[in-house]
Amino acid sequence: MEFKFKMEYSKDILLGLYQTMVRIRLAEESLVEAIKSGEIKTPAHLYSGEEAIATGICTNLTKEDYIFGNHRSHGHYLAKGGDMGAMIAEIYCKETGCSKGRGGSMHLIDPENGIMGIVPIVAGTISLAMGASLASSIRKDNRITVSFFGDGATGEGVLYESMNFAALKKLPIIFACENNLYSTHLPIKEIRVNENISESAMPFGIQCYRIDGNDVLQVYEIFKKAKQICLEGNGPVFIEFLTYRLRGHVGPDDNIQGTHTDIRPKWEIEEWLRKDPIKRLELYIYKQNLATEVEIENIRYLVNLEVKKATDLALSSNFPNPSELEHYVYR
Amino acid sequence: MSTGRKLSYSLAINEALKQLMEIDKSVFILGQGVKSPWYVGNTCRDLIELYGEDRVIDTPISENAMTGAAVGASIAGMKAIIIHPRLDFALYAFDPIINQAANWSYMSGGRSSAPVVFWMVINRGGEQAAQHSQALHSIFAHIPGLKVVAPSNAYDAKGLFIAAVNDKNPVVFIDDRWLYNRECIVPEEMYEIPIGKGKIIKEGNDMTVVSSSFLVSESEKCLSILSSEGIDIELIDLRTLKPFDEDLIIKSVKKTGKLIIVDGSWKTNSISAEIAASVYEKLFGYLKAPIQRVNLPDTPAPASRSLESVYYITAETIINAIKKIV
Ligand SMILES: Cc1ncc(C[n+]2csc(CCOP(=O)(O)OP(=O)(O)O)c2C)c(N)n1
Ligand SMILES: [Mg+2]
Repeated sequence: MEFKFKMEYSKDILLGLYQTMVRIRLAEESLVEAIKSGEIKTPAHLYSGEEAIATGICTNLTKEDYIFGNHRSHGHYLAKGGDMGAMIAEIYCKETGCSKGRGGSMHLIDPENGIMGIVPIVAGTISLAMGASLASSIRKDNRITVSFFGDGATGEGVLYESMNFAALKKLPIIFACENNLYSTHLPIKEIRVNENISESAMPFGIQCYRIDGNDVLQVYEIFKKAKQICLEGNGPVFIEFLTYRLRGHVGPDDNIQGTHTDIRPKWEIEEWLRKDPIKRLELYIYKQNLATEVEIENIRYLVNLEVKKATDLALSSNFPNPSELEHYVYR
Repeated sequence: MSTGRKLSYSLAINEALKQLMEIDKSVFILGQGVKSPWYVGNTCRDLIELYGEDRVIDTPISENAMTGAAVGASIAGMKAIIIHPRLDFALYAFDPIINQAANWSYMSGGRSSAPVVFWMVINRGGEQAAQHSQALHSIFAHIPGLKVVAPSNAYDAKGLFIAAVNDKNPVVFIDDRWLYNRECIVPEEMYEIPIGKGKIIKEGNDMTVVSSSFLVSESEKCLSILSSEGIDIELIDLRTLKPFDEDLIIKSVKKTGKLIIVDGSWKTNSISAEIAASVYEKLFGYLKAPIQRVNLPDTPAPASRSLESVYYITAETIINAIKKIV
């Protein structure tokens, strides 16, 4: 579907979006050295470069709204209001982590903030998200649910089964496909004939959009509209966000049998570096004369402090006590 | 038989694949990552170059349909191999494996069968946690119509892989990523290790230790430690989990009167439970001590290294179990 917008934004909104993206970026980048040194062992799929999507979406959500994520969900967790200290501690697999060190980077959760499930089985949470929106529709609680998944997840049949049922029951769910053009080693043209993913939703009668996922303002606008559609009882909505990861599939770069490389062409990486969502918003803010360099620097300064505090918590926390291995199997 | 040539476990599978594909055009492989060492190590090295993308197919992330495709192709006369580079991913494919392939011969009164290989890799540790660590071989061993093999070394890997592909039935080939770099002497020619036959790794008189897959090497570590304490163990490598070699185990326990089963799956309803039950059924009067089982605790795989270190089975865990019934 065609989507055009022209909006004026308050300074608060713009700096808020900026701050959230910077929180995600700096938290992710703070992990790099610890991954390389082996201090962080859990497989960490960094979200650097894709911040605009989680940010533009979650800024529009209330605490009560639900999100479900996948293996690359640090950004979703932070943008939805998850505590940075609890996330970093989880990535260090410490007892103070959001999953008490049982989950690691790929299993994050914070039900109080609507972060209902983040797990790494590809497409594994799409039907669960659909079920959460079914719960909302039965209860008529005006919540909406966002299901985050990647281009790779479009290979799984459960996506189409979930879209069909969600459309049938007009569920308040937004399918948010983060198309970063790769699923591990496979470029999108090797996994599907039609590179336009959003069109997959059309046959189900689902409103669908395809936008630049590195432009946080576009994400923000489209999502606001999608949310409205859902709240009016005309869901679901499918949105494809075109984006690119600035790091490897897992860890800082693609480490294939000890060789640190990137399987993607250099020119492509460089092209996308120029579309860095954070730099783009920064430029926009300066162009509109909405903030000074000092104000921007100050945001970064404060975020750096937050990241440092989160890392200190992680480093000073204990690993789970081995005697408590069997805790939490049941509740 | 050629002697002396050492090969790693993963390259032994690679050699089996090449030899099978070379002599039989109906053999083909599909699955996630067959062209990426990221997923399959070097087990599929050079396959695309040698046999082309028609017979070496890297797939979208579609475990259910791709596994069904392998089953269907096998019904239609191909020898299909589907790889799941992580066993956990194969759970999307329970229907084609269990409802379809396993039942196919029986449902058709033996007029058709699905001679497919479900190659699944257990890949755990490294704080990967619950959805990326599971050893679910016992589930498949529960299913009539499936055979389940689990090699412990490069020699067996090659022979069992070839036997699995040549078998007229669906075979689950349980692979363990922790074995990939282990080397041993592997003959260059093709050979099969018979499915359903275990192997005595070391003869002994005091007690029988039955082990499989990666844990065979952990069990072997106990041998010298315990022999220095005067405990003479008979160590059996199951090689096949279904049908397991009951005769071999029975014969051994008749001699030793004591049995320890070492198995990398959760304890409840595991293959270790099945082996213990069948030994109790057949040898009750011969047993000199309760059967001991060494399994994972009935707990999902944890992330944290502090929990992993007590979760996974090591030689020490095995020795502790053995000492209980010395
Ligand atoms: C069911 C299942 N199959 C395979 C995998 C292995 N795997 C992990 S991430 C991934 C690629 C996912 O690609 P995409 O959905 O595009 O997300 P991205 O990594 O690009 O963010 C794969 C195949 C998995 N985790 N789960
Ligand atoms: Mg992707």
